[in-house]
Amino acid sequence: MAQSEQLLSLYRQMLIIRYTEEQLARSHQMGLIHGACHTYVGEEAIATGVCAHLRPDDAVFSTHRGHGHALAKGVSPREVVAELFGRATGCSQGRGGSMHLFKPEVGMMGTSGIVGPCILQATGAGYSFKLLKTDQVGVAFFGDGAVNNGAFHEGLNLASIWKLPTLFVCENNMYATEVPFAYSAGNPHVGNRGPAYGMESLTVDGNDVLAVYEAAEEAVRRARGGEGPTLIECRTYRTRAHAEGMRDGGYRTPEEVEEWKARDPITRYNEWLLKNEEAGTETLAEIEAEVKEMVADAEEFARNSPWPEADTVSEHVFNQG
Amino acid sequence: MRELTYVEATLEALDSAMARDPSIFVVGEGIGERGGNFNTTVGLYDKYGPERLCDTPISERGFVGMCAGAAMTGTRPVVDFMFLDFILDAFGELVNQIAKMQYMSSGRLKMPILLRGAIGIGHSAATHHSGSYYPIFAHIPGFRVVVPAIPSDAKGLFATALQSDDPVLFLEHKSLLFNRGDVPEGDYAIPFGQARMAREGSDCTVVAIGSMVDKSVAVCDKLAEDGISAEVIDPRTIAPLDMATILESVSKTGRLLIVDETFQPCGVGAEIAAQVIDEGFDDLDAPIRRLNGAHVPTPYSPPLELAIVPETNDIEQSIRNLLAE
Ligand SMILES: Cc1ncc(C[n+]2csc(CCOP(=O)(O)OP(=O)(O)O)c2C)c(N)n1
Ligand SMILES: [Mg+2]
Repeated sequence: MAQSEQLLSLYRQMLIIRYTEEQLARSHQMGLIHGACHTYVGEEAIATGVCAHLRPDDAVFSTHRGHGHALAKGVSPREVVAELFGRATGCSQGRGGSMHLFKPEVGMMGTSGIVGPCILQATGAGYSFKLLKTDQVGVAFFGDGAVNNGAFHEGLNLASIWKLPTLFVCENNMYATEVPFAYSAGNPHVGNRGPAYGMESLTVDGNDVLAVYEAAEEAVRRARGGEGPTLIECRTYRTRAHAEGMRDGGYRTPEEVEEWKARDPITRYNEWLLKNEEAGTETLAEIEAEVKEMVADAEEFARNSPWPEADTVSEHVFNQG
Repeated sequence: MRELTYVEATLEALDSAMARDPSIFVVGEGIGERGGNFNTTVGLYDKYGPERLCDTPISERGFVGMCAGAAMTGTRPVVDFMFLDFILDAFGELVNQIAKMQYMSSGRLKMPILLRGAIGIGHSAATHHSGSYYPIFAHIPGFRVVVPAIPSDAKGLFATALQSDDPVLFLEHKSLLFNRGDVPEGDYAIPFGQARMAREGSDCTVVAIGSMVDKSVAVCDKLAEDGISAEVIDPRTIAPLDMATILESVSKTGRLLIVDETFQPCGVGAEIAAQVIDEGFDDLDAPIRRLNGAHVPTPYSPPLELAIVPETNDIEQSIRNLLAE
C-alpha cells in the first residue's frame, strides 16, 4: 500500500496529464497543433500507477497515445506542449510531434506512429538490462489493437523464454480507432494470455490508480529480481475521440461514453482520498491550483518558443559524435 | 464533364469492378462500415457486405500474407493500408512471396493483389505517416508501381490495377486525394507504362511524379510569360516506366529535369537519367538535373517540413538553372 505522500503524488500526476491534455485539445482547436493529437483522457491512472515505480534509468516505450506516458515518466508539460506546437524547445526539438516524443535522459524512449514496435523494443531493453546485470526494467505501453499485431506474440514469447525484466502494459480501451476489440480478437481477454506464453499475467481495473499501482509494484519487483516479465491488462476507456478533430459517433453509444465518464479515474481517486481521510479538500484544491498553474505556464512557454531553424533539418540522420 | 475528387474517382472504379467481379474483396483497418480513413470505400460496405469489405485487426503482416494466399487460390484482394507507411511491417511477405510467386511457380500461379495506400509529406504528419517508398518497390522485379497525379488518371489506372494479374502498388499522395478534376463517366482503363503529356513545350523536359505534376505545370505556365516553353511529363506508372515518351521529349528539348518528392539516392530520377544517357546521350544539350525532397526522415514542425519538400519556387529555380546551362 502506498504511503500518504505517494498517494498525493499519484493524484498530482494524474492531474498533470489531464490538464495538459485538456490544454492540448484547446490548442488543437485553435490551430496551434499542426499534426495528430491522440489524448489519454480517461486513461491517466495507468501511466501514473505504473511509472510511480520506475526510476529515470528504467526504459518506457510507448504508442501513438503517449502524452500520459511521457509526462508520467518525467517529461515536463513545457517540453510536451512545445513539441506538439512544433517548437525547438520541445522534447524532440520539433522534429516529432505527438507521436514521436523522446526524452531518453529520463527513460522516455519514444512514443510511436506505428502500432506494435514498442512491445519488441521493451523486450530488447529487458535483454540489455539482463546482459548488463543491472536491475533496470523495460516497460511497453500499448493498446488492445496492438495485441492483434504479430509484435505482441513475438515480443511476449522472447521475453518469456529469456525471463527478461520487462512489463507489458496493455491499455484495453475496447476499441482500436473505431474497431471493437470484441470483433477483432478471437479471445477478447488479454490478462489471461500469460500462461500461453509461460508468463505471469493479470487483469486490473485501469481506472483505479491504486489497483494499477499495486499490480505494477509486484511486476516491477519480480522484474528487478530476475523473475521475468509480466503482462498486465488494464481495462479502461478513452472518453474523447480517437484523435482530436475526428468524429466520435457511429461506433459507440453516447450512453457507453457517459457510463465510463462516471468511472473517471481522477474523480474516483479524489473521492477515495477524501473518504479515507488521506487528504482534505483544501489539500486537493491546492494541488489542483498548482497543476493548473504549471500547465498554463507550459502553454505560454510553448507559444513563445522559437521555431526550429530550417537549416538544422538534416541534423541527426546519422551519429554526430 | 462532371468533376470528382481523386478518391471518388478510384471509388467509382472499385465499385464498378466489385459489382462485376465477385472475387474482388477489400481488407484494411476501418474500410468496412467506416468507409476508410481516407473515404476510399465509402458506401461499399452497404452494397457488398462484411466479407467483401473486411475490417481487419492491426495485423499488417498477417493480412498481407493472407491476401497472398487468397490471390493464389482464386480471389482478387485489395489491401487498403490507409497510410502506406504501415505496409513496411509486411515487407517480407511482399518481397519474398508476393513479388516472386509467379516466377517461383513458373507462371502457374497468379498474384492479382492490389496494394493501395496514401503517401507523401504534408500537414505535419511526421515520419511514420509521410513515406512514399515507391523507388524501393520499383527496384524489385515483380511489382507494378502506380502513382497517379489527377482524378481521371486515378480512375483509369485503378481500373487497370483491378484487372491486373500482377501485384500492383497503387500510391495516392495525400495532398491530391481531395483535389477535384474532370472524370469521364463509365468504365475505362488506362494501360500501365504510358506517360501523360501534362504540358507541351520545346525548351526543356520536366518529368514530374505524383504531387509534383500539378506544381510543375503551374510553374511552367508562369514561366511561359517569360517566353520559356517547358514540357511536363507525368509517367503515371514508375514500373513499368514509359521511357519512350521521355526520350522523345528529350530529343526535342535537349534538357531534362526530374522533379520527385522522394529521396534522390538510387531513386526514380537516377534511373530515368541513366536510361536517357544510355539511349539519348546525343540529344542532351545540358547535364540532366534532379530536384528531390531532402534525404531525411520527415520532420513534424511546419518550417522543417517545408524545408524538405520541393516547392514551386524550387522548381522554378531549377528550370531556370537548367536553361542557363
Ligand atoms: C502498424 C500500424 N497500423 C495501423 C496504424 C493506424 N492506427 C493508428 S492508431 C490505431 C488504433 C490503435 O488502437 P489501440 O492499439 O487499441 O490503441 P488506442 O488508440 O485505442 O489507444 C490504428 C489502427 C498504425 N499506426 N500502425
Ligand atoms: Mg484501444
